Amino acid sequence: MYDPTVARLTYRALLGRRRALILGALPLLLIAISVVVRGLAGADDQTASDLLGGLALATMVPIIGVIAGTGAIGPEIDDGSVVYLLSKPVKRPTIIFTKLIVAIAVTMVFSAVPTFIAGFILNGNGQQIAVAYTVAALVASIAYAAIFLLLGTVSRHAVVFGLVYALVWEALFGSLVSGARTLSVQQWSLAVAHKVAGGDLVTSDVGLTTATILLAVVTVLATWYAGQKLRTLTLAGEE
Amino acid sequence: MTTLNIDHVSRWFGNVVAVNDITMTIGPGVTGLLGPNGAGKSTLINMMGGFLAPSTGTVTLDGQQVWRNESIYRHIGLVPEREAMYDFLTGREFVVANAELHGLGAKAAQKALATVEMEYAQDRKIATYSKGMRQRVKMASALVHDPSLLLLDEPFNGMDPRQRMQLMDLLRRMGDEGRTVLFSSHILEEVEQLARHIEVVVAGRHAASGDFRRIRRLMTDRPHRYLVRSSDDRALAAALIADPSTSGIEVDLAEGALRIQAVDFGRFTALLPKVAKDHGIRLLTVSPSDESLESVFSYLVAA
Repeated sequence: MYDPTVARLTYRALLGRRRALILGALPLLLIAISVVVRGLAGADDQTASDLLGGLALATMVPIIGVIAGTGAIGPEIDDGSVVYLLSKPVKRPTIIFTKLIVAIAVTMVFSAVPTFIAGFILNGNGQQIAVAYTVAALVASIAYAAIFLLLGTVSRHAVVFGLVYALVWEALFGSLVSGARTLSVQQWSLAVAHKVAGGDLVTSDVGLTTATILLAVVTVLATWYAGQKLRTLTLAGEE
Repeated sequence: MTTLNIDHVSRWFGNVVAVNDITMTIGPGVTGLLGPNGAGKSTLINMMGGFLAPSTGTVTLDGQQVWRNESIYRHIGLVPEREAMYDFLTGREFVVANAELHGLGAKAAQKALATVEMEYAQDRKIATYSKGMRQRVKMASALVHDPSLLLLDEPFNGMDPRQRMQLMDLLRRMGDEGRTVLFSSHILEEVEQLARHIEVVVAGRHAASGDFRRIRRLMTDRPHRYLVRSSDDRALAAALIADPSTSGIEVDLAEGALRIQAVDFGRFTALLPKVAKDHGIRLLTVSPSDESLESVFSYLVAA
């Protein structure tokens, strides 16, 4: 199911100079803000939770997910170089699964690690807040990578759609319409974080069981469907 | 012996018919797929390579379906027209990756790089390659698993004459080794130099198939039209019409020129300057008025 050559090509494409800069910028920003906040306001659990929830989990993780998930396959499909993967006796679902693993790993490294560091800076992991949000970021990384990998496979405008989903649906729409929150990767991962942290600092609109099931279903379905789409991917000529 | 069978294949995109009921069999040796731009060659090659489903009909390789069949790529080497190819890798890394995807190692990659004579630049990034070098590395990636069918979409586009010759030699060698090699081109001379067998596609239809020389003769023997201006149009017209190579002449007063229809291309082109010289007429303009490839092809379709 996992092809090391596909993985190597995907890593190198994802971590190429320009994309690595974008991937690195947000985490650095988060850590910088955390240092400033800690310096100005001191260690405060509520502030730590607000910053990690509002900036790290609600904004940074989905954006990193969009860049890594769509970037793992979208550019190759756009420029046609994916033909070198597809013209091989490698099962298409294997290509998708491998790219998913790479996208998850990259999203985790660039979102969960800085979340953990920021959490420690903000309140030294008081009330397990740093760990809770890190776990949330890890869990969300899996679902986001799968969703945005699918998006990168089916659409040429994956980045735009991805950002619209991440920022408009999850952040804006979700805060206005409560129903939208049930269908939100952010809320699902918060449910897991709530379990880790306990207490009332980290809360979710979704129960843990529902969240776990939805996370698993979305990840599996998105990956399966991306594999199917890749099997029938049409590479139109330039005529 | 590898044979590619295209059986009553059509492909349409919305209302546009790109390929219209084409049936052809591509056997060992080099075959040229000739047609003007937009004739449906790329669509056809994409279907042959399993990257596009035929709307109707089937494409099979030695009886095996090509569409949605990854295992078929053990036998197919593909050289796409598009340029993009993991520019951040070196030539060697690229070909090695292609070998690995076939379950092969660095040795196979090295052999393929040697075949296309790219060892000297194999450690440079692909981004720094010229068009011809890219084309050769693409070839290496297609040859790495020693395929019995090689599909090349406009392989000579943008190559300089020396690179073109090298690639032609290579393809000829592949054909002589008994591989089935199919390449597409919209340039008659390219196909003429390389392929004995050609398939002509015009406007999505299969226009002609068979020996190149026979089809070339059909192309050159068609009526040719010329626009000629001279120091004495009427005297020239009178002298030319006396020869059977000319079937009609119109004196175009508005243009101040003669419109000549020639039926015997070779004889007419020799006759025109001779007649002019004999009668002391100066030729001011001689321009073929229907030499576009499209008109050559559409004549073929009608023939």
